[in-house]
Amino acid sequence: MKRIFNKSKENNHFKLKTKIKKWTMDDTELTILAIPSFIWYLLFAYLPMFGIIIAFKNYKISPGHGFVYSLFKSNWVGFDNFKYFIFSNAFTMLLRNTILYNIVFIILGVIVAVGFAMMISNLHSKFASKAYQTIMFFPYFMSWVVVAYFVYAVLSPEKGYLNGIITLLGGEKIMWYQEPKYWPFILTFMRIWKGMGYGMVIYLASITGIDYSLYEAAIIDGASKWQQAKFITLPCLKPIIVMMLILDTGKIFYSDFGLFYQIPAHIPQSLYSTVSTFDTYIYNAIQTQASIGRAAAASFFQSIACCITILLANWLVSKIDNENTII
Amino acid sequence: MAAKKIKNLNQIKNSTNILFNILFIILSFICIFPVVFVFSISISDEQSIQKYGYQIIPKILSNSAYVFLWNERKTILQAAFISIFVTAAGTVISVMLTTLMGYVLSRPVYKLKNFFTWVVFIPMIFNGGMLSGYVVNANILHLRNTVWALILPLALSSFNVVICKTFFRTTIPDSIIESAKIDGASQLVIFGRIVLPLSKPILATIGLFAAFGYWNDWFQSSLYITDKKLQSLQAMLNLVQSNIEYLANNPYGGLSMQMYKASMPTESVRMAIAIVIIIPIALVYPFFQRYFISGLTIGAVKG
Repeated sequence: MKRIFNKSKENNHFKLKTKIKKWTMDDTELTILAIPSFIWYLLFAYLPMFGIIIAFKNYKISPGHGFVYSLFKSNWVGFDNFKYFIFSNAFTMLLRNTILYNIVFIILGVIVAVGFAMMISNLHSKFASKAYQTIMFFPYFMSWVVVAYFVYAVLSPEKGYLNGIITLLGGEKIMWYQEPKYWPFILTFMRIWKGMGYGMVIYLASITGIDYSLYEAAIIDGASKWQQAKFITLPCLKPIIVMMLILDTGKIFYSDFGLFYQIPAHIPQSLYSTVSTFDTYIYNAIQTQASIGRAAAASFFQSIACCITILLANWLVSKIDNENTII
Repeated sequence: MAAKKIKNLNQIKNSTNILFNILFIILSFICIFPVVFVFSISISDEQSIQKYGYQIIPKILSNSAYVFLWNERKTILQAAFISIFVTAAGTVISVMLTTLMGYVLSRPVYKLKNFFTWVVFIPMIFNGGMLSGYVVNANILHLRNTVWALILPLALSSFNVVICKTFFRTTIPDSIIESAKIDGASQLVIFGRIVLPLSKPILATIGLFAAFGYWNDWFQSSLYITDKKLQSLQAMLNLVQSNIEYLANNPYGGLSMQMYKASMPTESVRMAIAIVIIIPIALVYPFFQRYFISGLTIGAVKG
């Protein structure tokens, strides 16, 4: 028995070399290893893909029956849910908010991260540089719920720190959570605050990877520090900056749900049209269990739009630099 | 030596250095300040908060918030237990599923490799969306009010699988695996005894990101959990926030509302809960920070 087993092992090896496609013991074992993850993918990634049929149904609960039964009993309505969603007032507002916020986040995020990374790489003391990095990376690891409490401590209309200062200087208290005009700035600030350490570390890793002989050559030519940054560091960072920009653009229809839901204190009515995005809209529909069909249409629209933008972004990356495509 | 000299010569001017340092000190301060501020509120006397508002340096110190949490320790510990359990179990499951799939995809001659590559790849560009995900988890898999609702939906990400695959492919020589195979080791043994021990950096990175993700998660809770016994610390904080909004929107709720209001945790208590959540992160984070950074650079390598 053992000899046969060994022999088949040898055969395996032989087959590997000659690439005769035959199912081997190895394949069985690897398949067994892959099964748990495969089941996860079926349940949590592929099953929801069929959930999109809700968007094409007028979903009604059949009392006393399960969800699947109710779904199949509900009438097909074709694209009615989409029409209803796309021609509603909400759609333009959601589209505008989601895309504009993302554009601002992407552009400012890159400028801040690259700028700080270049500055921090030039500090004399390596110890100080490490310390700043550690501290600035810290907000990245806090949840938006906790961050919302920080923001509340500063912006609370009655006891907040900012209003305390304003009244001290003789000004009027500002009802921060009821004034839409401040929120684009607050959200942008918080987003940059939370993400700058992360971005900085990524770009810093690329800066330390730049060949130092480039700088040596520049020094001999008498280049100033500023010229070195402009003509060596930035051009060397260009590929990764472009990459990051494009990858972020691929996700332009998604929004950071926690940011838009938690920081404005679960979106009061007064801020609704300023801070709502696709994600908060769908989440609200889930929580209130109202207009499921329309929310499904919104959700499906978001998925499709994302799919298209990701493929486009990837195609763009492949045009620029084949090494960095995700696909 | 010469290179070092050039580097020294090529430093930025002292004045610029000081300027940059000041800038980064301000930035670091902005990143730390909220935590300190929330901590000060949590040790402020409730009456002085009502009178003077939130203060950076408490006017009257008080440990009442922490005493309150201690008296309510049954609820807090229950929530902390859920948080810790979800974090621990979730991290283990997440690392297992990710590395197993990554390993299988990294084997060059595996017959189903193409098939599984597609299985992993498709969700990277298309997903059913938030609503279908919710419907499937809640109504078909019946995860509502189970601890699995907090663990399973977050367990795998295709991006991490690809990172793992790349890591295995590039750092573990095929010859080691081949020779183990000749010695008669099964794939499971090779994976457990050879591949995993050689992959500690990637395990640490994926594990740590997963752990922070689970510890910080409130979203799954807010979707699937209504049972008070299954509330994590983050969910508790989120719920307190919702209740406050409810009160703010219904200020004339009558007597029952007044009683409800009286039972709400005070401002300092709320801030104290936030501090309880932050402390473990703040304690653990400095030691593991280098793994995050190394992980980010591993992620930059294409699969």
